[in-house]
Amino acid sequence: MPSAKAKSMDDLNVVIATDCGSTTTKAILIEKKDEGYRQTFRGEAPTTVEAPFEDVTRGVLNAIQEVEELSGRQILDGERIITPADGDVGVDIYISTSSAGGGLQMVVAGVVLAMTGESAQRCALGAGAIVMGALAANDGRLPHEKIERIRQLRPDMVLLSGGTDGGTVSHVVELAEFISAADPKPRFGAGFKLPVIFAGNEDAREEVEKALGGKMALTVTENIRPVLEEENLDPARHVIHDLFLEHVMAQAPGYRKLMDWTGAPIMPTPGAVGEIMQTIARQQEINVVGVDIGGATTDVFSVFDGVFNRTVSANLGMSYSVSNVLAEAGLDQIMRWVPFDIEEADLRDRIKNKMIRPTTIPQLMQELQVEQAIAREALRLAFDQHRALAVGLKGVQSKRTLADVFEQGATGESLVEMMALDMLVGSGGVLSHAPRREQSCAMLIDAFQPEGVTRLAVDSIFMMPHLGVLSTVDERAATEVFERDCLIYLGTCVAPSGEGKGDEICLQYEIDLPGHRTGQLQVGQLQWIPLADGEEVEVSLQPARRWDVGAGPGQALNARVRGGVVGLVLDGRGRPIQMAVDQDRRRQISDWQQALNLYE
Amino acid sequence: MAHAYTPGLRVTQHAVVHKERRLPLKGEVVVERGQAVRRDQVVARTELPGDVATLNLVNRLGISPQELAGYMLKKEGDRVEAGEPLAETKPFISWFKTTVESPVSGTVESISPVTGQVILRQAPRPVEVLAYVDGVVEEVFAEEGVRVAARGAYIQGIFGVGGECWGALHLAVDAPDATAESLDPEVAGKIVVVGSLISAETVEQARQAGAVGLIGGGLRDSDLRDLLGRDLGVAITGTEQIGLTVVATEGFGRVAMARKTFDILQACAGMDASMAGATQIRAGVLRPEIIVPTVADQEEEEVRTGEEGLQVGDLLRVIRMPYFGRIGRVSDLPTELRAVESGARVRVLSVEFEDGEQAVVPRANVELIEE
Repeated sequence: MPSAKAKSMDDLNVVIATDCGSTTTKAILIEKKDEGYRQTFRGEAPTTVEAPFEDVTRGVLNAIQEVEELSGRQILDGERIITPADGDVGVDIYISTSSAGGGLQMVVAGVVLAMTGESAQRCALGAGAIVMGALAANDGRLPHEKIERIRQLRPDMVLLSGGTDGGTVSHVVELAEFISAADPKPRFGAGFKLPVIFAGNEDAREEVEKALGGKMALTVTENIRPVLEEENLDPARHVIHDLFLEHVMAQAPGYRKLMDWTGAPIMPTPGAVGEIMQTIARQQEINVVGVDIGGATTDVFSVFDGVFNRTVSANLGMSYSVSNVLAEAGLDQIMRWVPFDIEEADLRDRIKNKMIRPTTIPQLMQELQVEQAIAREALRLAFDQHRALAVGLKGVQSKRTLADVFEQGATGESLVEMMALDMLVGSGGVLSHAPRREQSCAMLIDAFQPEGVTRLAVDSIFMMPHLGVLSTVDERAATEVFERDCLIYLGTCVAPSGEGKGDEICLQYEIDLPGHRTGQLQVGQLQWIPLADGEEVEVSLQPARRWDVGAGPGQALNARVRGGVVGLVLDGRGRPIQMAVDQDRRRQISDWQQALNLYE
Repeated sequence: MAHAYTPGLRVTQHAVVHKERRLPLKGEVVVERGQAVRRDQVVARTELPGDVATLNLVNRLGISPQELAGYMLKKEGDRVEAGEPLAETKPFISWFKTTVESPVSGTVESISPVTGQVILRQAPRPVEVLAYVDGVVEEVFAEEGVRVAARGAYIQGIFGVGGECWGALHLAVDAPDATAESLDPEVAGKIVVVGSLISAETVEQARQAGAVGLIGGGLRDSDLRDLLGRDLGVAITGTEQIGLTVVATEGFGRVAMARKTFDILQACAGMDASMAGATQIRAGVLRPEIIVPTVADQEEEEVRTGEEGLQVGDLLRVIRMPYFGRIGRVSDLPTELRAVESGARVRVLSVEFEDGEQAVVPRANVELIEE
């Protein structure tokens, strides 16, 4: 098989990219046209990590086969991807991301939980991992409890950090001794040594090697916290990616073959989405929050003032983990979003059936409403977790003063500020494949509760992972496809922040539409104003006293807002959204559903 | 999208089942290739490292970590008994001597001159792996385990709880859509087929009577919660200590067992079966299973894995509302996307149910049943 790697990146005309998710494998075809790179065809198939196939490449071939059928381009020769492209045959490169098999699961350790411990978490999360547990010298566990905890977790990899360069050695070595005593076994491949990355005090390297060298597959890299005022996450993240491919991917069914097929290293799906999110924020100079709600996990990404954060909620998802959303949120929290009753026992059975047969879809309108209610709660819980971790954070190689560190410790203030948010992007099946775009729009607003003026979009066909990995090969191609084909703009949400009573007016507005539209928004009301994709208009917003749309309580704001496939949504429900109880709540939910034309 | 349906679970009367039986750590394999083994026979054994105890001796002795080695009475690798002196100071006046005794019996694993930490490892815990199923050892993985081949009936369930068990198969119902009302004391030590619903009452009766396992079409989530004492958030099971093993062949709620599954179980009534409840619907999917080794000299059935895709006439089960659990045959496979009631435009199929009723359902919501 000619290697795709042999072809110069400048010559890329046809790219096939797949994302092997825990439920579905999605393939897209990207072709260079006269106007630039475009995403042209897509196919999908169930991921085949499960018996009877137990080989991820089967799902990849099935998804690519669908692209072949739709595009008329021959890509496969039997079970071989034809490279390079020649006319209507073959592709120039095949690339892939993966989150199948539960993704990358890590344990991190640092000396002080709020300092190196947190840096280690940010490092692992940013690399696309699920952090199963974080250990620290001051985590409140007794030594034998720490050892027992490490032993129970069975991670794919451990990241050990701690100590600034020249700082404490003994505490770091103590953690290494605990890891050595626990001697955890990797999740896959019982005969292999567990990969451990040491990214802590350089003075402790020799002792850490003595403690771990024989038992573990130890890799030493640069300190993630060389001095207290600086984080240096990039080198350790690269090591995580390398070890992910070498140790974790290689053990999963069929991945060794898949790795041979790809022309660039396979990236963990969330790592790839993070790449493209940062590109959007950088190029458009905006604050952005993105969410990817999958079958097993929900990832939240945010970029505020250039600071990137990612969290993953390991057990919040819409299929494998759907039952856990019910367990964590509670039935009442889910059912508050639907205007009808279902017997609890029946609903519980339905949710469990979705869990054990994850690829099914709602056929009935009522089932769809319940599924979207569950999605609201999964998104809300995942976003709560993100806000809790995205405190006083900083990105790779960024600087923070000592004063900031103390401020963080004192206030724990989240970097995620909803009033400063410019764009909210949703992706994942339940958002991207909702039968109506209005439903995606409503789920995003209800779960994230944006404040002020916020643009909303969805990833049309969950292309962000593919574009993230493509950006590592050819940033221009990735950016062009992203701008032209990836996002579907839903519109803009205008939501004054505040609390009030039902008959009060919370916002007066003027919109520079034909006929110069003016109006007012009552507390508890949702209004929808059509504004097509590509249209941009001036709005003058005058919030009531104690209500804020971005300029301060009671202060007027003029803004340019952009339309989308849904339009402009004016949300007077307050922040947090004020909900009625019992029968009034059902009427209220029906009113909100009708205002946005969700299900009628 | 040829594979837009859930591949069916494997249900077959005659199969060769290959079961890998591996140790969690390297150890000793105690059987040989070609040897016939019984389900309760040990095939491999090892010792798991014992629990550890940590002692920070430098604090107790009032010394620096670098000095620690000079105060230790035991070296790394030495055996120590609980209460035995581990380290002591050597003052001029013995009255001031400080002795630290070992809190546990075990071996000294490490003495750290950096942290002053002494780690003691307690006695290893023996672990044995059993054959689990009557069969023949077809491969030995040196120091790791074996693969046992067994001929017989093989049924994959959809969801289970509890570990491995074995016993004679006992049918408490005579039809796949019937439900056992009560269980007799004669079910002791047996695996009992209870029909369309494994209710909380049935589980309780089975436990009291000493049954080792229950098989049924479905179980209610509320009963599962009571059984486990918690709400199961993620489907990873197999280690529950609930007194018996439970396997649902179809799903949650009351669901008639598939006819083929029931017929095989009925044909195997009275025979010894091995069963495991372990289910994992993520990361290397695992389904619960029932294996009934037979000596019948019949050819193994060709197991269809669904690779050919759905065809008109195929037998299927609907696995989502509003037709959840119903069984029928594919009557049409339109290629174009169709809108269903939820408004989604999806690939669908037409199905004719056993009572002649016709319906259109998303292809994602059906499961192929092997015939």
